[in-house]
Amino acid sequence: MNRFLKHREIFLGLAILLVFVLVTLRFPRFAQPGNLLTIFNDTSILIMLALGQMAVILTRSIDLSMASNLALTGMIVAMTNAAFPGVPIPLLMAMCVVIGAGLGAFNGILVWKLNIPPIVVTLGTLTIFRGLVFVISGGAWVNAAQMSPDFIGLQRTAFLGLPLLSWFAIATAALFYLLMTRTPLGRAFYAIGVNPTASVYTGINVGRTKFYAFVIAGAVAGLCGYLWISRYVIASVEVAGGYELTIIAACVIGGVSIAGGIGTVPGVLLGAIFLGVINNALPVINISPFWQMAISGTAILLAVVLNARGEASKGRIILKKAEVV
Amino acid sequence: MTDTTLHRSLPDRLDNPLRSAVLSWESLLVLVAVGIFILNSFASPYFLNAWSLSDLTFNFTEKALIALAMALLIISGEIDLSVAAIIALASTMMGLVLQYGADTPTLVAVGIGVGLLCGAFNGFLVTGLKLPSIVVTIGTMSLFRGIAFIILGDQSFKGYPPSFSWFGQGYVWWVISFELVLFLVCALIYWVLLHRTNFGRRVFAIGNNDVAARFSGVRVDRIKFILFCLTGLMSGIAAVLLTARLGSTRPSIAEGFELEAITMVVLGGVSILGGAGSILGVVLAALIVGLVTFGLGLLNVPGIVMTIFTGSLLIVVIALPILFRMWRQRA
Repeated sequence: MNRFLKHREIFLGLAILLVFVLVTLRFPRFAQPGNLLTIFNDTSILIMLALGQMAVILTRSIDLSMASNLALTGMIVAMTNAAFPGVPIPLLMAMCVVIGAGLGAFNGILVWKLNIPPIVVTLGTLTIFRGLVFVISGGAWVNAAQMSPDFIGLQRTAFLGLPLLSWFAIATAALFYLLMTRTPLGRAFYAIGVNPTASVYTGINVGRTKFYAFVIAGAVAGLCGYLWISRYVIASVEVAGGYELTIIAACVIGGVSIAGGIGTVPGVLLGAIFLGVINNALPVINISPFWQMAISGTAILLAVVLNARGEASKGRIILKKAEVV
Repeated sequence: MTDTTLHRSLPDRLDNPLRSAVLSWESLLVLVAVGIFILNSFASPYFLNAWSLSDLTFNFTEKALIALAMALLIISGEIDLSVAAIIALASTMMGLVLQYGADTPTLVAVGIGVGLLCGAFNGFLVTGLKLPSIVVTIGTMSLFRGIAFIILGDQSFKGYPPSFSWFGQGYVWWVISFELVLFLVCALIYWVLLHRTNFGRRVFAIGNNDVAARFSGVRVDRIKFILFCLTGLMSGIAAVLLTARLGSTRPSIAEGFELEAITMVVLGGVSILGGAGSILGVVLAALIVGLVTFGLGLLNVPGIVMTIFTGSLLIVVIALPILFRMWRQRA
């Protein structure tokens, strides 16, 4: 049983299945294929953001600014679309990725060159980025009427039975899987998370690797800026407020260790889907959406407890502080 | 980059006295505070006035009370992101017992008690189950505020008695508010606790090397547990003050307080990695944050834009000494 529990993906998969069966028993329509696809589509943005966050957390860092990055990039692209409806959407999306990556690079450079703890840096940029949304928009909203039909419609375009938004999530997951398992950079993320000192001796530039992780997380957040705005068809200062914690929750539930070095793409996928299923199930079984916050809080705590039990069997590091922090 | 990350592993306390470093940091904070004070008096004609300055103190005392306990917690190498959620839950519980006709002493006791319980819960998860405090408190942050949302939904509690409102709106003497007096008393208590007792020395020891502290006979887990309880307690007190001042409770009360409290602590010279810091620095930092936000408020700068200033202040103040050190090493 203990061995089994360590296989977090299986455990999580079963937990998701359990929620599913329980809800379906009372409401058979919940498990219809159409609804399953809707849940996945609803969770797509969270999946992408959580994968970006995973890259950062693997390196013993944390990015609290992702939701603010998303809001800022989303506002910029929405205002661009409102002002110049002629600009093609793929160009706007490229712009999102570049702006997001730029904001991520700002975090990364402070962590890399100045060695400021990531939590302090991103705590600062969390408020700065969101403040900037207000500054550039003047507090005004960009609403559906101001956005071009293409801007709103692109992610809803069906391809092989799935909306493009879902395909974005699938493609991102595939790319991250390749990145994490098949590239030197991906392996470096794990290496510096497990043991930064040893990584230095194997020739990995720890600071630069962290920088890349922040750039990747920023680029993902930027792209999600467009996807979020075009999905909910409103750009405002409050977009995705407090969402940074949901992103981290998805990672933690998915088995990413906050101490770095542990976490898989399938795990994070399931972690995000778990939250997505819960969020979709609550209204179905007639529980007020106000329960959602407490439930995800409980899920995070349970997940950390389970994570800690999985990790406890590994060798204990004595004199943690003597290592590179 | 190797040098800069590895230097932490070498003991540099002997040839670089902590005391002088802290002193110079605090004098820098005094200079910044005086500078902002002068800027404010030039920027707005309404600033230099006893009642304005009194209003200013309402701006930061609640967060600063939390920052005092948070400073000790961060010095010991832990962190609590759930403080604002504790305020929300404590305030909601106060509103709930008010519905059953609780009097003022009961309200205060409930607020502080709930805060203490929440802190103990955090402390148990971190020290009892050996979990990382940052994830635990992200979890309890959702949990505590989530419970407030379950109880209140989109409603609010109102109708607190005037004797209760005095805690958040009353004055002890002339323009000196109860909140300010309470903050100064607490600051003094925390100063003594951190800088003049064995307990305080142990907090520093734990922050510098908790394994070494454990081997020296310091009860690391018990002290960390007490620190989490203290942080919860201060959040409970802040909940009483804030609820009394606003006169109503919504589940979204005190959103973002955790970031401002941590900003005060870090701005005050407390190392986010643990092991160094002073209460005087935190008090000065609280004053600076209060001065900045109040001054911008007088200039009609919207609250969300102020957060740009506090966010930048946090990064710049931490980056400057590092840049200065890098520049000195190069020269």
